[in-house]
Amino acid sequence: MKVSITVNGKRHERDVEPRMLLVDFIREELRLTGTNMGCDTSQCGSCTVHMDGRAIKSCTCLAVQADGRQVTTIEGLATGDTLHPMQEAFWEHHGLQCGFCTPGMIMATTAYLKDHPNPSEAEIRHSLDGNFCRCTGYQNIVAAVQSAAKKIGA
Amino acid sequence: MATRIFGSGIRRREDPRLITGKAKFTGDITLPGMLHMVVVRSPYAHATIKHIDTTGAEAVPGVVGVFTGVDLTLHNIPCAWIIPNSNLKLVPHPPLAKEKVRYVGDGVAIVLAESRNIAQDAAELVRVEYDVLRAVVSPEEAVKDGAPQLFEEAPNNIAFRWIASSGDEGLNKAFAEADVVVKERIVQQVLLPSAMETRAAVAQWDSGNEEMTLWVTSQNPHIARFVIAGVAGIPEHKLRVIAPEVGGGFGSKLPVYPDEALAVWAARKLDRPVKWVETRSENYLVTTHGRDHIEYVEMAATKDGKVTGIKGTIYAGMGAYLSTAAPGIPTIAHGLMYSGVYTIPNIRCESIGVFTTTTPVEAYRGAGRPEATFLVERLMNKLADKLGMDPVALRRKNLIPPFANGHVVAIGLNYDSGNYAAALDKALGMAGYEQLRREQAEARKQGRYIGIGVTTYAELCGFGPSQVAGAIGFQGGLWESAIVRVSPVGKVQVLIGSSPHGQGEETTFAQIVSDELGFPVQDVDVIHGDTNRTPMGWGTYGSRTTAVGGAALVLAARKIKDKSRAMAAHLLEAAVEDIDYNDGKFSVKGSPDKFKTIQDTTLMATLAWNLPPGMDPGMEASQFYDPPNFTYPFGAHVAVVEVEPDTGQVLLKRYIAVDDCGPHINPMIVKGQIHGGLVQGIGQALCEGAVYDDNGQLLTGAMTDYAMPRADMFPRFEIDHTVTPSPHHPIGVKGIGEAGTIASTPTVYN
Repeated sequence: MKVSITVNGKRHERDVEPRMLLVDFIREELRLTGTNMGCDTSQCGSCTVHMDGRAIKSCTCLAVQADGRQVTTIEGLATGDTLHPMQEAFWEHHGLQCGFCTPGMIMATTAYLKDHPNPSEAEIRHSLDGNFCRCTGYQNIVAAVQSAAKKIGA
Repeated sequence: MATRIFGSGIRRREDPRLITGKAKFTGDITLPGMLHMVVVRSPYAHATIKHIDTTGAEAVPGVVGVFTGVDLTLHNIPCAWIIPNSNLKLVPHPPLAKEKVRYVGDGVAIVLAESRNIAQDAAELVRVEYDVLRAVVSPEEAVKDGAPQLFEEAPNNIAFRWIASSGDEGLNKAFAEADVVVKERIVQQVLLPSAMETRAAVAQWDSGNEEMTLWVTSQNPHIARFVIAGVAGIPEHKLRVIAPEVGGGFGSKLPVYPDEALAVWAARKLDRPVKWVETRSENYLVTTHGRDHIEYVEMAATKDGKVTGIKGTIYAGMGAYLSTAAPGIPTIAHGLMYSGVYTIPNIRCESIGVFTTTTPVEAYRGAGRPEATFLVERLMNKLADKLGMDPVALRRKNLIPPFANGHVVAIGLNYDSGNYAAALDKALGMAGYEQLRREQAEARKQGRYIGIGVTTYAELCGFGPSQVAGAIGFQGGLWESAIVRVSPVGKVQVLIGSSPHGQGEETTFAQIVSDELGFPVQDVDVIHGDTNRTPMGWGTYGSRTTAVGGAALVLAARKIKDKSRAMAAHLLEAAVEDIDYNDGKFSVKGSPDKFKTIQDTTLMATLAWNLPPGMDPGMEASQFYDPPNFTYPFGAHVAVVEVEPDTGQVLLKRYIAVDDCGPHINPMIVKGQIHGGLVQGIGQALCEGAVYDDNGQLLTGAMTDYAMPRADMFPRFEIDHTVTPSPHHPIGVKGIGEAGTIASTPTVYN
């Protein structure tokens, strides 16, 4: 099936199998390998990207469902050489160790802050229910989100 | 330098590539002409294979090859920890099962195809006829007469029986004469390591040079090369193993598995690159599991609370085969730690390794030591209950007094240094222990159930020395290595044999070099994870990278300093002993203006126009380091929980951790290691656990079913530390990778 998907501002037209997942389209067709697959069953959130500005799990979305949509991946989050405040915050607060879940974490939390600009710690922790991290114990991820919220709000 | 780089929480140098999606994990690698491999796996836990029909799969367009065990020219996957005096049964582990499968997930065939989808579709068409046999899941059941037998050579499924004792006579006497004895049956449930990156391998054969390159999700690429070279029959110098970015391991990426050996074999056979990536459900089925002990433990004591003996009989599940390090975990890494931080004169551990029709069990964060700490701390609390003593008072009564340079416990280990009471005092102070106990009593009157758990622990890590490795049957060395290579203009490459994968040594090791030699930290690059670039080393596990590899690096850096000092003395026309060093500058004593920087000495040594007599050109140092002893980090943790009486739900209200791993190179990274360890340990106490049914089917076979800890289960951890350097490490550091996991399970449970 023919699809036309705009990823990180660039339109891509491809003929794909109907069963192709969006995550595979991003990783295999476009070779944007920052988006990771962690669980295949929509629990871990490593594959989180933005579609039309909202966070979605790209392992649970077919490429054909993204036809005509705007997708942003971790590669498209920074503005040129300037990191997004959430990327800066993860770096500053040691919000990552192995870094595998990190692209998904950053994409999920940036989208979350759009709707919840001033979340409490408990709200941030609750919002992370769809994103697993096995390394950090979450504490520094929460700190990073709090710090990014302040920076974005300022 | 205004602030010393050692001990400074600088941002990690790994992070820019990881937060922008530019990092390359094994699964991100694509090579021209690459094939995709899918492994056909047994759906039964225990069965004989009657027939395999691959014709249907072979007929699928895009399939390049379908192979079964009889096609392979690979040796069996070896076990590498052969515990002496244990009658260990080294059972065969073929890369693909030929006659019999022994767990759900045991590989029986591989399919190679032009795409992963084609390979997956074709794998479904491989027809395997099985005669299903009875399964056995529990290690305690598996040793009973009449239980299904996995291997003829291991009667009653017993893989080994190992005993460590301080002396049975004394122990029996202690129990016979004890005022009180407390007993417990402890189940250390099966845990799924759940590194966020599943395992993967990419193998590329260069037929012209007969060289193989393997990218693999490994914690120890040099061990992987050592083992796979043997399994695949490729000379070691023709096999390059690269661990690129690795997305967590926790022990599960320590062993060598059939899958990467199969990828290597297929790449050579078909002369095309081969890629294999695990799905998560495959990861849960075939990547090694952790723990799986059933323990019968007892503690003897006097009526005033002096512990006089501890003993345990452990049924340790090995799963269906012996994984690389598996036999060492419930034995050496477990039974030798029954003294904990206490003076206990009589100790005995009997550990029985048992085959079951489940996924092989391996090291999982802490590996043996969490299980030991749990049982010691559990028994301490039972004893306190029985004696009507406060659990803290009981612990204090039995703590080993502070020591700075060696303390031998009854089982024979020589702990390096410890000040257990200091850590306990600090943790109790942070928690406000007395106040907490009052609040607990008050709450109880109101019908609220608050629990307070306290643990004091020590662990054994920094694995070496190699002489001990040999004595305990580890089929390798336990030293580490480092090369410090300085370019003519003073940019530094550090090449290390260990292989971090999230622990941050690209940063902390650069800090070590910067601190020792004065190079700006941004001028130091740390290179790891490639057997063709780095010197041999034994890998990243057992909290040993900084404890052993860091020591190698310090000593290599000091060789550079010595050479630079000699070079500076020559250039400044002074005697070597008259040269002062300060922060990258060598100056003549009393004339601080007469100096050469380390960049100057490096350039002059590299140009070699004017060397002192006897000096070789260049500025490079190599150091192999074998530690004289293990390291023994320790600490004290306090947990406060509230139990919801109607539902039994346990809410973690506070968690206080005081850990002592010696000096901190980067406090931010140390804290991060503790946070992560705590969540894994608390996960074991509160939610994690793999479940098999009686047929050996893993019911928790996906992240939908396995209870991974989530962010909202935890309060903000309250973390602090004490600093007791290791006397035998050049900079005193001990290792912090596993402490959180080791201490937190009993703390929350108690």
